[in-house]
Order: sequence, then C-alpha cells, then structure tokens
Amino acid sequence: MSEIQHDETPKLMKGNEALAEASLRAGLQAYFGYPITPQSEILEYLAEKAPEHTEVVVLQAESEIAAINMVYGASGAGARVMTTSSSPGISLMQEGISYMAASELPCVIANVQRGGPGLGTIQPAQGDYFQATKGGGHGDYHMIVLAPSSVQEMADFVFDGFRLAEEYRMPAMILADGALGQMMEKVYLPKAGTLPKKETPWATVGKTASRERNYITSLHIESEKMETVNLHLQDTYRKLKQEVRCELTNTADADIFLVAFGLSARICNKVMDIARAKGINVGVIRPITLYPFPYDIIASFAGPAKMFLTVEMNAGQMVEDVRLAVNGKSPVYFKGRMGGMIPTPEEIMLEVEAMSEKQQNLNQSAGYL
Amino acid sequence: MIQNQEIIIAGFGGQGVLSMGQIISYSAMKEGKEVSWMPAYGPEMRGGTANCIVIVSPKKVSSPIVTMFDSAIILNQPSLEKFDSKVKPGGLLLCEQSTIITPSVRTDIEMLIIPATAQAVKMGKKQVANMILLGAFLERRPIVSIANILLALKEVLPERHHHLIPLNEEALYAGQQFASSHMQTV
Repeated sequence: MSEIQHDETPKLMKGNEALAEASLRAGLQAYFGYPITPQSEILEYLAEKAPEHTEVVVLQAESEIAAINMVYGASGAGARVMTTSSSPGISLMQEGISYMAASELPCVIANVQRGGPGLGTIQPAQGDYFQATKGGGHGDYHMIVLAPSSVQEMADFVFDGFRLAEEYRMPAMILADGALGQMMEKVYLPKAGTLPKKETPWATVGKTASRERNYITSLHIESEKMETVNLHLQDTYRKLKQEVRCELTNTADADIFLVAFGLSARICNKVMDIARAKGINVGVIRPITLYPFPYDIIASFAGPAKMFLTVEMNAGQMVEDVRLAVNGKSPVYFKGRMGGMIPTPEEIMLEVEAMSEKQQNLNQSAGYL
Repeated sequence: MIQNQEIIIAGFGGQGVLSMGQIISYSAMKEGKEVSWMPAYGPEMRGGTANCIVIVSPKKVSSPIVTMFDSAIILNQPSLEKFDSKVKPGGLLLCEQSTIITPSVRTDIEMLIIPATAQAVKMGKKQVANMILLGAFLERRPIVSIANILLALKEVLPERHHHLIPLNEEALYAGQQFASSHMQTV
C-alpha cells in the first residue's frame, strides 16, 4: 500500500467537497454525473472549479445511465474518470458497471448512500452493501469497494480508489453515506500531482503502425471466449485479496467485537468507550475494504468465549459476511436501523449489555471463570 | 478554557444556525482541536427549520451524531420543544428571547434567555443576532477564544464581506457582556 502525501495545514470541509477536491488533486481528467441528494455538492464543487481546471471535463449528463456510459467511453480512451451518485442513481448505473467490469475499465464511482428501497429518503443509510459487494449488475463480477468513515477518508479513498482501479483494471467504488457527505470535519487534503497514472497501452486512442488494433468490448458471442474472460476476471479478484484493509481498535483484550463499516463504525467507537467505562471489554473491527472482505482477520478473533455484534444502517447485509468469516465459532448478533434512521450509541449499548450478561452466564456454566 | 462540548444549534433557516456551528468548528480546528459539524439536511430542513450538531474534543470525535447535548443554542419554539429534554443535566440551554413563547421549566440545567434579535436590531443589523448568542455561549462555555473566532471570520468570509467583521466583533462582545451580567436567569 503506497502512502498518500498530505497538506500540512488542515481544512474544514464537507465530505462531498473533500471528495471532489481530492479528485481534482488526484489528476481527474473527466467527471460525468447527475445531481441527487445527498451528494449534489460533488457535481456543484467540480462545476464551480472547472474553469480553473481546463484539463478536466466536467459534465452534467442527462441521466445516471448516460453518465456511467460516458465514464465507460472516457475510461476506454485511457482517461482518469469518476462519477458519483446516491442509491437510486447508482441502481440506474448497474448495467454500465457490469460492462466496465467485463471490459476491465478502471474508474472511481462514489455512492453517497441514502435510505431505500425505491426512491426512499434522503437520509443516510447503508442499504447498498449487497449491491456494491456482490455485484449489483449481471454476471460474475466484483468492484473494489472502499468504505470511508470520516471526511479524511472521503478524500483519501479517491486516491486509493484510482490507484487500485488502475492497478487491477476494474471499477472502484467509494461506498459512503449521506452523513459522511454532509458533515464537516478537519481534513488534510492529499497533495496534487502525487498520484502517478499507470500507462494505458490498451486504450482505444487510434492505431499506430507498431501495434495491433486495441479493442475494448464486453461482448464475446463464443462461450469458450467468454469463459476465458471470466477465468481472467476471477484470477484478478484472487490477486485483489492482498489489498484487504481493516481497522482494529482495542481488539487484543476484547470479549465482544463490534463489526461495523463507515458511519456505523464511528458510532460503535462511542459504544466501545461507554462499554469499557462499565468494565465490558469491547473492541471494534472496521472493514475498510468491503470487497475484498477481511474474512481471515475476523476469523482470527472467533472462538468459544467470544461474541460478535454487527451494526449496520440496514436490515442485516454485512452480517452475512461476518457469519461466513466466524463460521459458527462464536455467536454473531445483529443490530440495525433502516430507512435513513441512525442507530444511537444507547440502543447499541443495550445489545452489548445483554450479550455481556449472556456471555458471563455461559462462561460460568462452561467453567471459564 | 474547556475541552469537550457536544452542542446542538437549532432554529429557522436564515437565522445563521449552520454558520454559527461552522464558525465554532473552524476556530476550534485552528486551535488544534478535533471537530465535527453535522447538519440536519433531511425532512426537517424542508419544513424551514435548521439545526447542526457541533462536537469539539481534544481527541478524535467518535460518533458525529449524539442524542444528548452539553449545550443547546435555540433560536425558535419548535426547536426548544424538540431539544429541551436533550440537554444533559448540568448542561447549558441558551435561547433567543423573541422567538420563545413557552420557556423551558427544567431546573437541573443552566438557562439563559437572551434578547439577541432586539439587541441586533439596535445595533443596526438583525443578522448579527447569531453572533450575540455565540458571544454569550462562549462566555459560559469557553470552548474557543473570541480572538480565534474573529480570525476565523477573516479567513472564512469572502473579502467583500470583511467590512462587516467589526460589527460581528461588537455583537460577540455584546453577547459576552450580557451573559456575564446575567449569571442565572430563566
């Protein structure tokens, strides 16, 4: 993992603005998007800055479907390109994302999630975990999925996103939520001009005499050829596992592990402080890459005297991956709120206290204490 | 100088609720503190009300969203009804006088009702009422220095508004003055 270089003085910025500014500093060449709350500030910020950045194409497309296909075109021409939207808009982009995955085209897509399903609400949610990590479009594909939990990471993950997308030639998604987009925090912005761009010899920029014609497509009528494409993609996903990232807080002596990503993880950190003050040894496991998922890291904490609580702003999505990782070695509980509601530290604490009590009873009867 | 504050600032859109929170956050950041500013941007905003949660802390802010507050700065009656019970015992409730019909009846918190709008009108600019409230707040809960608030205004405001800084300064000190001369009022 390469280190990102940052400014020495911090700025106070909204997550959306920090992401937009970071994209310009990452050497963005094209942005295509369509406004939708709670992420419209990204398009607004880029549109405002566009006159100072004549090297960047900033375009409000006629729809999210048009935007993602423009991203396909720009990426195919070798450009560093980004689009952003929120849940319903990201649903519209799924066909294009599947095409990009099949055609091995790098790009960054930010989803500043809102409550669903349907047109839903404009409040923050994490209901698009399945869509982002399991392939929301058709076919056997994945994206790199990075889950920021601060304004700092809203900026940093643009750099990480482009670096990984270009390295592995696949779309990278920043899976944020409305709160992270709208809130302001201190941010040390990544320095401009510090993200080298990988060569794109595969880009369709006109044939030269010295090489064969470049051809970018996701259409392979012959099944044998299509299977070869699939095998190659699966090979890439296997290699991608080395990029797994996870933040561990107070896990060394923990009896109860809170597993959460993004904003939920911030709330869990507060719960951890409250619980530890009451003498309950709680640790927080925060997956940063949701794909590839940190199965091995979570598995390493599972055992007979341990318990897990997954906290999400949805009906229980990542908890399925946590259960796969834990593989029956510990009980895995779930606490979630839906539709734009945010779980409070107090209600999570009630779950933790109930688990702790159960754990003590179990330990006594099993003779651990 | 106190180190930790979880603050709710709430009122109607246009009263400077969000900017008051941003000014506190920016100044605290300049003082090297950790900050978060979380606006309500949802359906509440559509109803014409605005609020933001500001957290200032010496260590990294965990949850930017909290349900109980050390201080509440309240600029209208609906916000008072919503947040009155959310002030922690021993906390501070600051209200703008002209908009409050039914004051809080709590006895376990520190309360201050400030005629900020009336004072601002006297000063010739109604819009500085939020700065009067901010001055009063900082007198009771000195989470950042007024000197740094003024520096923040210089950095945040576009050049064309810099002529308003002396008036904002005057408003901050007027609020501070009011809070120090009304130690405990209901």
